[in-house]
Amino acid sequence: MLHFAPILAIALMLGPILFGLAGSLAPAFGYLPALGGQDVTLEHFNRLVQIPGLTQSIWLSLSSGLITTLLSLILVVMLISAWSGTRFFAMVQVLISPLLSIPHAATAFGLAFLLAPSGWLVRFVSPNLSGWTRPPDWLFPNDPQGLALIAGLATKELPFLLLVTLAALPQVDALRNARVAQTLGYGPMASWIFAVWPRLYRQIRLPIFAVIAYASSVVDVALILGPTNPPTLAVQLVRWMSDPDLQLRFLASAGAMLQLCVTLCALGLWWLGEKLVTFVFTLSIGSGRRFKKDILWRWISAGLVLAVILSLLLGLIGLLVWSFAGFWRFPESLPQTFTLKSWIKQMPMLAEPLLNSIGIGLLAALIALVITTLCLEQETRAGHKAGRGALTLLYIPLIIPQVAFLFGLQLLFLLLGWEHSAFGLLLAHLVFVLPYVFLSLGDPWRHFDPRYGQVAASLGGTPWAFFFHIRLPLLLRPIMTAAAVGFAVSIGQYLATILIGGGRWETITTEAVALSSGGNRRIIGIYAIMQMLLPFLGFALALALPAFLHSHRRDMRPNTH
Amino acid sequence: MVASSKTFSASKPRSPVLDRRQMLATLSGLTVSAFLMVTSSAVLADGHAELTSAKDWAKVTKAAKGQTVYWHAWGGGDRINDYIAWIGKQVQDQYGVTLKHVKVSDTANVVSQVIAEKAAGKDTGGSVDLVWINGENFASMKQKGLLMPKSWAPDLPNYQYADIKGKPTLTTDFTVPTEGLESPWGMAQLSFYYDSAVTKDLPKSAAELLDWAKKNPGRFAYPKPPDFIGSTFLKQIALEVAPNASDLSKPVSEESYKPVADKLFAYLDELNPLLWRKGKAFPKNVTSLKTMLADSEIEIAFTFNPGAASSAIANNELPDSVRSFVFDKGTIGNSHFVAIPYNAKAKAGAFVVANFLMSPQAQARKQDPNVWGDPTILDLASLNAKDKALFDALDLGVATLKPEDFGQALPEPHASWMERIEKDWTKRYGVQ
Repeated sequence: MLHFAPILAIALMLGPILFGLAGSLAPAFGYLPALGGQDVTLEHFNRLVQIPGLTQSIWLSLSSGLITTLLSLILVVMLISAWSGTRFFAMVQVLISPLLSIPHAATAFGLAFLLAPSGWLVRFVSPNLSGWTRPPDWLFPNDPQGLALIAGLATKELPFLLLVTLAALPQVDALRNARVAQTLGYGPMASWIFAVWPRLYRQIRLPIFAVIAYASSVVDVALILGPTNPPTLAVQLVRWMSDPDLQLRFLASAGAMLQLCVTLCALGLWWLGEKLVTFVFTLSIGSGRRFKKDILWRWISAGLVLAVILSLLLGLIGLLVWSFAGFWRFPESLPQTFTLKSWIKQMPMLAEPLLNSIGIGLLAALIALVITTLCLEQETRAGHKAGRGALTLLYIPLIIPQVAFLFGLQLLFLLLGWEHSAFGLLLAHLVFVLPYVFLSLGDPWRHFDPRYGQVAASLGGTPWAFFFHIRLPLLLRPIMTAAAVGFAVSIGQYLATILIGGGRWETITTEAVALSSGGNRRIIGIYAIMQMLLPFLGFALALALPAFLHSHRRDMRPNTH
Repeated sequence: MVASSKTFSASKPRSPVLDRRQMLATLSGLTVSAFLMVTSSAVLADGHAELTSAKDWAKVTKAAKGQTVYWHAWGGGDRINDYIAWIGKQVQDQYGVTLKHVKVSDTANVVSQVIAEKAAGKDTGGSVDLVWINGENFASMKQKGLLMPKSWAPDLPNYQYADIKGKPTLTTDFTVPTEGLESPWGMAQLSFYYDSAVTKDLPKSAAELLDWAKKNPGRFAYPKPPDFIGSTFLKQIALEVAPNASDLSKPVSEESYKPVADKLFAYLDELNPLLWRKGKAFPKNVTSLKTMLADSEIEIAFTFNPGAASSAIANNELPDSVRSFVFDKGTIGNSHFVAIPYNAKAKAGAFVVANFLMSPQAQARKQDPNVWGDPTILDLASLNAKDKALFDALDLGVATLKPEDFGQALPEPHASWMERIEKDWTKRYGVQ
């Protein structure tokens, strides 16, 4: 039975993607007998290119994917090179970890409340400093160039890339390498950039690709912060796909293929950029310049990172304030009165989405956890190692644009009569939950001291007894953390829930994004807070439960490893 | 992208998920499992006997008990959503009917959904049981035979209190006779609102509005059509600038369209650059207008719901200096309804909900500006003293116009007009 665990994992992760892509590909070329599409044709692609504003949509998707990634990567490179090992760096780490668990939509709302012409920043400086008694007539967020979208995504991806990089640091012996470069006379930042980053970068390449793919095809954040006239390609596609006029699905499917190409194109451009940077670097190293004076850059990097963290935090506090706000006129910085009214009114409305979110999240996390532990157990027992391919496999669900295969999957489910079923929804969530649970649990599992197993075996314990009595209890903390990660991922799912759930499964996330169009900030605030609260509770539980269970075991308390 | 801090790693290649042989086996296994998935999907059979008439009310309530009604209704207004949730609780308590509000952003999508179901041959057990509807969508559903074919609304017990004589829009929906295929729910008339502490001069016609916008650039906006309130604004302008307004109450024709469209788009070409964000972005819907007025981004907002401004004041969303006004020569007025698609699964349940929506209890609550503020369809004189007292007790709020201040309610144009106008609007201004 254990033998089948990896196969099951692959089937659950890649099955929906393969079927989904096939399900998008066929109708893109006009083949979908159930909707009267019998002939293979390019007609739908022709229709697609004639859509007004399509080039602009493509351009927006490409630029948001590449610029977002570039910005957040540069910040991570600067921060780590300039500050690692300092107290400032430790502080940043503490601040950033919880920010990571917040769903994208919630941070986007927070930023929108902060940066809008009627948002908090403008309120802080008005009317005394700015002279504005009314919000300035700026088209931001939702600006046609997508700058708000890029800013929003970059702030949210910074914590992700930073933590991924931190996890990879121990593998490249960073500190000693940097020190050697420094003794050769390189400036502190330059030593990191020349001596550590080339190898470090290789370790975080897959997560970077995932960020590019995500940022070039994101839907929920683009709905909140992105341009509207025209929107990004992915948003445009979702509109066609959600249109009950089923004929539009041909167009949407053709568009999904286009989105796949756009994302691949973004990845290709990034790959070219990598070559270019390598070339410049080689020249720069060859020049022998030591870049000793970098104090300005150190402060710039600190300032930028602090600005990112501050804007995320302020945005989130802004959500909280709005949810308790009484009347709040522009340009007052705070509401005239605070009231519980919005919360009391929304409480009964929150019940169903909350229940759905928690139910689906728990189920998805649990299934993913069981499959992951079985896979890892199988791996440990078989004792064999796979190549880089296996890791790439885990990243496929994170790199293929969601719109590209969720459309096909929705069509398939429609044909199967599963379009509103909880089962279908769970399958769709697992595609994204499984890889994260796997990535989260894999490392601690493999670092588990094999000698425990050897002792257990020498005492005559069966492998399963060892698994249940030794390994699981000892790994309780990372297992709970992995479950919390999976839960958080499921809570944040927008597109999968809206497309596969067909509007029948309201979750906190789908409701929050749906409300974004209405613009009642008090209620958006409430939903965004609930959206943050759920993953937060998950992580709190993941920390508290092992601490409680292990409270009488000194060596298993959190600080002792 | 979410991950925990310490445990996330893109580590060296050493995660043996499976080798190549296993992978091949998996891929072929996938195909098999897909087949299994297909064959195992159960078909839910619908055991209920069809009930197509509301005449025998005892039979209706009996059949309705335990049914789940999927009500597809616009979901962009949180207070309306609250009200619908309250309806759900009432029909659950009083009739044992479970009401699910399927929140839609545009009722046209519901129409397409029923069309798709009809095309797929799904003539029973459809996914829509009740739909909030009027105007173009009603006309199109009626014409395409997507509604329950026999008159049913007049058979509902509470229909006797509806003000059929005094409110002609209850039986003529955008010039199309309702013929009992939809049941009245509420009344609406376009009205504008503004903050009287900020704005002093008010435009009282389309022409004055243009002048006002020239003096106050960036302080007016209308939602992007085909949002219903955005479309209503276009209709209001069309009615005022049309060389011959009576043309709009007849189906559109090639000859009648051009003169109206020329005038309308000439007006919009002038107005749009003077709008909020210079007309480069449009608000999404009627709720966005309210938020924008609250933030002082715009100075004049409008709504179809005469109680909206008072409701928003009661809810701390707008300052209490907000007041309403209408254009001197009248504004567009209509009624809104609920209808039942021909293939609805829970017809008895839908009857029960539609009937409850017309009850004095539900209508009085709807008119309360603290709840929604939507005017009643009932003839108050026909109610008994206890029910009438529910309405007398309502305080309609400072920002709600009195019935006599509303002026003339202009009739909606024939439904065929907006299809063309919306299409041309999108062509001209939809992408920039």
